[in-house]
Amino acid sequence: MTGTLAALGAGLAVIGAGIGIGNIGAKAMEAIARQPEAVGDIRSNMILMAALIEGAALIAILLSILLA
Amino acid sequence: MLSISALNFALAQEHAADHDHHATHEHHDDDHHGCACHDHHEETFEPAATAFHHIGDANAFHVFGNIYIPLPCILYAPEQGLSFFMSSKFGKMDAHGTAKKAVNRYVMVDGSVMRVANIKFPADEVTIECVNHKTVQVKGKEVDKYEVVYSGECYPLDKPSTLDGGVLGGGITSFYDFSVTKNVFTMLLTFLLLFLLFRAAVKGYETRRGQAPKGIQSFLEPIFVFIRDEVAVPFLGHKYEKYLPFLMSIFFFILGLNLVGQIPFFPGSGNVTGNLAVTMALALFTFFVTNLSGNRHYWEHTLWMPGVPALLKVLILTPVEIMGLFIKPLTLMLRLFANITGGHIVMVIFVGLIFIFGQSGANLGGGIVGTLMAVPLTMFMMALELLVALVQAFVFCILTASYIGAAIEEPHHH
Repeated sequence: MTGTLAALGAGLAVIGAGIGIGNIGAKAMEAIARQPEAVGDIRSNMILMAALIEGAALIAILLSILLA
Repeated sequence: MLSISALNFALAQEHAADHDHHATHEHHDDDHHGCACHDHHEETFEPAATAFHHIGDANAFHVFGNIYIPLPCILYAPEQGLSFFMSSKFGKMDAHGTAKKAVNRYVMVDGSVMRVANIKFPADEVTIECVNHKTVQVKGKEVDKYEVVYSGECYPLDKPSTLDGGVLGGGITSFYDFSVTKNVFTMLLTFLLLFLLFRAAVKGYETRRGQAPKGIQSFLEPIFVFIRDEVAVPFLGHKYEKYLPFLMSIFFFILGLNLVGQIPFFPGSGNVTGNLAVTMALALFTFFVTNLSGNRHYWEHTLWMPGVPALLKVLILTPVEIMGLFIKPLTLMLRLFANITGGHIVMVIFVGLIFIFGQSGANLGGGIVGTLMAVPLTMFMMALELLVALVQAFVFCILTASYIGAAIEEPHHH
């Protein structure tokens, strides 16, 4: 039972991260379309922000694994 | 490099199961008489167990079938001191990595060394009958238990000690494993490979000073310049030169390990960056470099930030900032581990489709369908993992640079 709950928790964390990273990707694409010359800066900042969001999701997944 | 290896030695076998003397002894008493080898239960294919076995660390390098490349075993048990021998001393190993001999009370089970703590077990080279594996429930969790059968008696086996304090199911047991395992071997190999590559590039700069780069130089220079101009300079400003060697080492070491781990056969296939101990060592480097180079401005804004009511600082902001100091390296550690482990598990499971559809060889038609599905899926996944290998090395590097950059930032005077 706790295993199922942990899996649900991990899934919820991934939904959150997915929405966040999806937003970053969408806005970065818009920004690149608007200013193609800034593609280098936008790309590295996009990866940085995605990595930070991923961090929050990873902590949630780790907690759900440890508490399972 | 050496510290990473040392930490890996100490924390090897992160996924070691819980060590519980009580439960094992209870079982030992139950069937004390007539201990025998369990019949091998029907060979069913378990994708998850197979995946974890394949991405785990091992004390011998599995090539294929029952062909193994021996690796040095350096084992220490407080009761009997240091043992040093090659893993080939355990004798012939089967395809699962279980050997037929016990050496100094050490037994090779599923590719990793375990130890018999019972002093009644002979402390020299003996041929064992078999190793029994069962899953028992301890405090509501399923825990793997192994026992070796020797002359009609069962002896419980201990896994190597880990430093996780029981959080990940390990703990201090009756012995410590400092062996050159598959992961340590892969790290040494990558270290050597990077050394030779960069040595060749440096030689190019020395002999052709002021001329256009040639050969390996022209391969490494764009990557090096990219990290310098896109990562180091924007985040670290004019002090970037001091931290450039650290950032480059982190980037190329992780990239090298990720790519060597992608090679599906012998010199590669070690899943090093998918080992929590390795990523923890790398994250600890970032933690210490960041906090030891933090200036007054950084600590002021972490511990006692100006312009905020004292009550708010004591109750919320300072505790949160202090937690943040540790969460930053924690997420670095988990991100690399989770991405690489996830990719490797998916690949093993895609290859496992052959055995799932083929019912472990019982159904040839299913096996063919499974193969037709597995080959393109695995190739797609491996292509994706090449990208992940690069992106994760880059992310680790850019986050390290941003943490250091925040720690050494000069205050702006308005």
